[in-house]
Amino acid sequence: MSTRRTTRRSTQHGSPLTPFLFLAPYLLLFTAFVAVPAVFGLWISAHDWDYLLDHRPFVGFGNYANLLDPDSVAFGDFWNGMTNTALFTVVSVPFLLSIPLGVAMLLHMKFPGRTFFRAVFFAPYVLGVAVIGLMWRYLLDGNFGLVNAILGTDISWTTSQPWAWIALVAVTVWWTMGFNAIIYLAGLGDIPPDHYEAAALDGANALQRFRHITIPGIQPVFVFVAVTTILASANMFGQSYLITQGGPSQSTQTALMVITELGLSRFQMGQAAAQSYVLAFFLGIISILTFLATRDRDQARERRALRKGVRGVAR
Amino acid sequence: MMHRAARNPLLWIVLVLLSMVIIGPLVAMALTSLKTTAESQTSPPTLWPEVFTWRAYEVLFAAADNPILQWFANSMISAAAHAVLVVTVASMAGYAFARMEFPGKNVLFGVVLSTMFVPGFIFLMPNFITLDTIGWLDTLLAVIVPGAAGAFGVFFMRQFFLRLPKEFEESARIDGAGPLRTFWSIVLPNTRPAMVTLLVISFLANWNDFIWPIFVLFSDANLTLPVGLSKLQGAYTIDYPVVMAGAVIASLPVLLLYVFVQRYVIDGVAASGVKG
Repeated sequence: MSTRRTTRRSTQHGSPLTPFLFLAPYLLLFTAFVAVPAVFGLWISAHDWDYLLDHRPFVGFGNYANLLDPDSVAFGDFWNGMTNTALFTVVSVPFLLSIPLGVAMLLHMKFPGRTFFRAVFFAPYVLGVAVIGLMWRYLLDGNFGLVNAILGTDISWTTSQPWAWIALVAVTVWWTMGFNAIIYLAGLGDIPPDHYEAAALDGANALQRFRHITIPGIQPVFVFVAVTTILASANMFGQSYLITQGGPSQSTQTALMVITELGLSRFQMGQAAAQSYVLAFFLGIISILTFLATRDRDQARERRALRKGVRGVAR
Repeated sequence: MMHRAARNPLLWIVLVLLSMVIIGPLVAMALTSLKTTAESQTSPPTLWPEVFTWRAYEVLFAAADNPILQWFANSMISAAAHAVLVVTVASMAGYAFARMEFPGKNVLFGVVLSTMFVPGFIFLMPNFITLDTIGWLDTLLAVIVPGAAGAFGVFFMRQFFLRLPKEFEESARIDGAGPLRTFWSIVLPNTRPAMVTLLVISFLANWNDFIWPIFVLFSDANLTLPVGLSKLQGAYTIDYPVVMAGAVIASLPVLLLYVFVQRYVIDGVAASGVKG
């Protein structure tokens, strides 16, 4: 016991202020740009905060009430943006979850050049949205774009619906596929190979092995990928901003475009702050639901496994 | 397993097709930057330029109102300074959270960690006002500093420190080294892989950041490359080779960096998922 206490004291040698010395630079940044702004934003949202005016009257929940009032100026744009963001999320997420999983399973196989292909598939992600946005705007051009030339079509990809959405989803999949694939790959790498060997010996076919070993094995990683992908889709901004400019007729204007336009271009910061909290609120609910939906299944399986185990022991 | 997968022709067909879909657009972008304006607007389009010309790059470098070299320098300074700042503050804080005891540690770490799940747009209005108050709007500080307060770096470094054998530090202490000296001469040298990973992914994230810089940088001379590029698109709406040349210039450094440190980037991304 006494040796233990000595060891413990030795890990904690130095002044009691030492930990705070190490933390100080980070905490300074954290306080200034994360903790205080989170609260300050609420304060802004409770005021008619026009950045260009000195007088910023307190309006309480007024900015929030505006979002429920069809006659307010903010109402139409905001809910159009929210609807567009929801549409993009609903349409893109299934592709952003399934295609990278396929790619990851492909890259998980052992073959020469695997590292090379892994690097290739991730490459678009290291380019920012500005580059990929400008690039695809040109490639998707209705008149002289390569996409139409290759597909043999004559589609106005950026200026007509539903093509604008199809283009934005496809570009996003192309851009971020590698990111999700790498995370899946790490998850696949954590599944012990002898599970597959055992299943193969038991005569399980490829589909059964996927269903009973791969899927449960990547469950925690899948939850992470699902939640981060939903959040990223709800944050969509650059693709619409650069490729379709929110058009045709504001049909691809996302919630974040509406909020930044209102708050940072027209400087109606109070109303914009309120909108950002409403969007965050929706995102919070969706993340929690996603988390619960995927996690519950996990626990249920654990319970089943436990029951089976107990039965096994009893026998 | 190895032989069966390697000999499966279907696998190779899928891999090669997918690679072409991934790489093709980038090649088309680069080739377009070498075309004449007229050729960039022919229908049907060409892939391979009939006439190779550096004109787009000349226009880009000559235009006084599009100081692309200045943007390039701004992006370099911003991304490098941001990455160094992140690694510095995150490794110090991560070490404190991993190895030291102090009152309120768990609560504080919980608070820091919970901000990883708060969407970034919440901070747009208040941080804009903060930067204006301290006079940082339209300066590179606006794109270097605020983003360095993210929780990921601290979390990432802490995970690495937790896995480091305690014996390193214990022997240093027995030799009489203080906490700062132990950290600097014993811990940090053993943390190099994690630091490089964090350095590279912070650099890439900052280099590519778009939504924040377009609102906090205004003057032509102060823009970063992504913001400058989006302005180019407005200025050269019909001169696509020039816009594509700008995109190539913005892509080259990160693609080159990626080729050399690819393992670190991929490790960093993988770590963010598995441990998250």
